[in-house]
Amino acid sequence: MPDLGKYAVAVLGSYGATVFLLAVLVGVSLWRSARMRRALREVEARQGTTHG
Amino acid sequence: MQTSARLLPWLAGLSVLCLTAGGIWGFFFTPDDFRQGSTVKIIYLHVPAAMMAINGWIMMLVTSLIWLIRRHHVSALAAKAAGPVGLTMTVIALVTGALWGQPMWGTWWAWDPRLTSFLILTLFYLGYIALWSAVEDPDTAADLTSVLCIVGSVFAVLSRYAVNFWNQGLHQGASLSLDKEENVADVFYLPLLVCIAGFVLLFVTLVLLRTRTEIRARRLQSLLARERMA
Repeated sequence: MPDLGKYAVAVLGSYGATVFLLAVLVGVSLWRSARMRRALREVEARQGTTHG
Repeated sequence: MQTSARLLPWLAGLSVLCLTAGGIWGFFFTPDDFRQGSTVKIIYLHVPAAMMAINGWIMMLVTSLIWLIRRHHVSALAAKAAGPVGLTMTVIALVTGALWGQPMWGTWWAWDPRLTSFLILTLFYLGYIALWSAVEDPDTAADLTSVLCIVGSVFAVLSRYAVNFWNQGLHQGASLSLDKEENVADVFYLPLLVCIAGFVLLFVTLVLLRTRTEIRARRLQSLLARERMA
């Protein structure tokens, strides 16, 4: 761990906030993608249609 | 859809690789700046995020224009998919900028031309996302958001060039320049390039993933509408 001195809060806060925001964005994107794929598959199975 | 399905794992893997390598290189293996101390490590997050916030809007502008001119549905959905990704980039740039600004400028925020135009761009991102949600008919929503995107592009350009236009305020000029005198030193520049590549790849990956989701959502809506009519 590098010595960040008196700026440790600013630097670690920046990295923490960025990792958190990117993790939320990626998580929500993956969750919504999976949910939509499942819902579409169910409706297609019900209607007897397929998609490419 | 098949091409994007094949591309996605590669893009995701490359973006994780670049972000991890650039982040570790920048955080652990670069020296402190002689003026800014260890806060210079924030550059590896702030600059790529700000770049992608502005370039994301430009990408939305291009796809919106394609929608308006050619009525290509996937381009409208790609613009819609990019909205939340661009918004997250603007929030990262604002938060890391405030955390960097406080120890360097003595203030979290200043009504400086670049910061103010960037804040307005953030509000445009919020308005863009809200407008997509507010209008029920997808084609009307695509038309209205495309117009909003064209108007907001003024602030995307201002965010990038405000320092050059007004030559005042606290924010410095571009960190990356073709002019060797103005560019950051190589020891910071190389890991910064890797981080920028990581942010670009992450942006492309997420936009691709979210565009696929929007295409599926559109198909689901039409199938459900057909079911209701039957």
